[in-house]
Amino acid sequence: MTNPIIEIQGLRKSFGTNEVLKGIDLQVRSGEVIAIIGKSGSGKSTLLRCINGLETFQHGSLAVDGKHLVHDNPAAMRELRQHVGMIFQSFNLFPHLTVGRNVMLAPTLVKKASADETAALARKLLERVGLAEKFDAMPDQLSGGQQQRVAIARALAMQPAVLLCDEITSALDPELVGEVLRVVESLAHDGMTLLMVTHEMNFARKVSDRVIFMHQGRVHEMGDPEQLFGAPQTAELKQFLSSLD
Amino acid sequence: MIFRNDSPRLTPVRITFDFLAVLSQWPLLVKGVAWTLGLTAVSAVVGVALGIACAWARSQGGKGLRVAAGVYVELIRNTPFIVQLFFIFFGLPALGIKLSPEVASVLAMVINLGAYATEIIRAGINATPRGQVEAALSLALTRAQVFMRVMLPPALRKVWPALVSQIIIVMLGSAVCGQISTEELSYAANLIQSRNFRSFEAFTIATAIYLALAVAVRRLLNWLGPRFLF
Amino acid sequence: MVDFTFWDIARNLLLAVRWTIALSLIAFIGGGVVGLVLLVARITKSHAARRFVAAYVQLFQGTPLLMQLFLAYFGIALLGVNTSPWVSAAVALTLYTSAFLAEIWRGCVDAVPKGQWEAAQSLALNFGEQLRYVILPQAARIAIAPTVGFLVQVIKGTALASVIGFVELTKAGAMITNATFRPFLVYGCVALLYFALCFPISLYARRLERTL
Repeated sequence: MTNPIIEIQGLRKSFGTNEVLKGIDLQVRSGEVIAIIGKSGSGKSTLLRCINGLETFQHGSLAVDGKHLVHDNPAAMRELRQHVGMIFQSFNLFPHLTVGRNVMLAPTLVKKASADETAALARKLLERVGLAEKFDAMPDQLSGGQQQRVAIARALAMQPAVLLCDEITSALDPELVGEVLRVVESLAHDGMTLLMVTHEMNFARKVSDRVIFMHQGRVHEMGDPEQLFGAPQTAELKQFLSSLD
Repeated sequence: MIFRNDSPRLTPVRITFDFLAVLSQWPLLVKGVAWTLGLTAVSAVVGVALGIACAWARSQGGKGLRVAAGVYVELIRNTPFIVQLFFIFFGLPALGIKLSPEVASVLAMVINLGAYATEIIRAGINATPRGQVEAALSLALTRAQVFMRVMLPPALRKVWPALVSQIIIVMLGSAVCGQISTEELSYAANLIQSRNFRSFEAFTIATAIYLALAVAVRRLLNWLGPRFLF
Repeated sequence: MVDFTFWDIARNLLLAVRWTIALSLIAFIGGGVVGLVLLVARITKSHAARRFVAAYVQLFQGTPLLMQLFLAYFGIALLGVNTSPWVSAAVALTLYTSAFLAEIWRGCVDAVPKGQWEAAQSLALNFGEQLRYVILPQAARIAIAPTVGFLVQVIKGTALASVIGFVELTKAGAMITNATFRPFLVYGCVALLYFALCFPISLYARRLERTL
């Protein structure tokens, strides 16, 4: 792969004596949509959190856009996070700021854009996720699905090259999941590089270019959706897929 | 009467310390520590007992008891300990109640700890799930038994750290009792520095001892509680 | 012997209350400023700063306020500076307050969910921006009730300044008692005056805790 946007080699990570990632090798193309599936405890979220530096790793290398991760350099980490955005399972909106200000905060501080520019950008992004009229609302006035869509708009405001989605619909009531998935699908169509840890198998099958099945800290199987879901090769993947039904 | 707060004090600059002059008086310090610990021990036991009683009064008692306990708690928690001590030691004799410094100190500490303990224990009791109380009542336990055996033990376990902290606070507050000539640690330090004029050294050593006592007593109580009380 | 009326006593006590209030405010505001600096030091990545603040807090919370006042009084004198009880009391109470407030506020910062830190970091905010725009506004909301509650502790603490000679309400009470030989009445009034200062604040803090 020429110039992958994310390049991971031999990544190993332990929490104390517990090794959670046992050697991950992965290359992600720009514009690729990757779904990461697996049992809880397989290391999926940990891998995602390594990519934007929320977790440190002990061995191996991780490069985003050609630049290697340097954990003890705050400036380098901030630079990284301008290119890699994250959406969390529990949304993590800032409760003391309005929806509009939630979206505007980071561009104002980090990119030093003017207030008018950022406000216009925020309105455009909120419109994109279908929440233009909620600009002045407070987060606690919104439903879970709406909050998550604001979180997506907030991450997009930094114009990242890669978006990491960590089980972004797992905390939502079932009837609210669809509105969030529709937004993610539109991002995929617009060419955003996406890495999603998800339990929504139908969605993964429909939208992703590649699916990765993780098991006990390793990439156990990897391939395009039809191959992985239609014809699983390993016993563990077969068992995982059957346990979902 | 006019009160002024700008009395100047001229002292020569001293750059030599003489801690030995204070440490050589260690018998006095030991006596002071013994008194401090003794006062604290008695106050802790009686104060917590008083706290349990008033916590019961505030949560289970009739209207009169509830109000009385409430007034007691608020009065003590919103006035300084030194004023409570002075009131008991200097004020009560006017009513014919003359107390020795030691008895006055213990009494003041008990009354003080009791008020704070009441609120701490009450918070623990309120956190007991209602279902447990109802189950106990359904088993025909008397209200007193329900309180002592079902509500109190888990409450104490829950609030033990807060209670221990309050006992430490009262122990540190007992330093003021030296002002009415109770021979505890701060009195000992004061006595020593009045003889050899090593005031900074005396109070530094006393402070260090208090710090060590605070750490030690906290450890002791954290060990004691689970073993004997709950 | 001059016969003092109740009004004589009350008037002089009320005059002394000014000093109690003045010392309380200075200690509270000064302690707040120092406490804020200590708070930020406590949550930085520097191990040395964290350990220093932890030791500082342990020192002031584990020793009697009376001893701290004595050490300030005699310690400042050692440096050759003319100390008045006023200055020593202000310094000691300010440091005392700063330690307790720093610890209270640290608890409030810890109460802000970890996800808020992660979201702010993921948006490429630096540490100062994370604190200023995301964490501290939320911590401040949680901190209002216990901070107001601690003001009561500060007011009660000023009573100890009487021991090093600072003439506030308690010292005035002692002096008036010596003049009038009516300790029950005088100290009773002193207690009631402290109660009048502290009780409304306690009530207010309790109300804040319920609503916020």
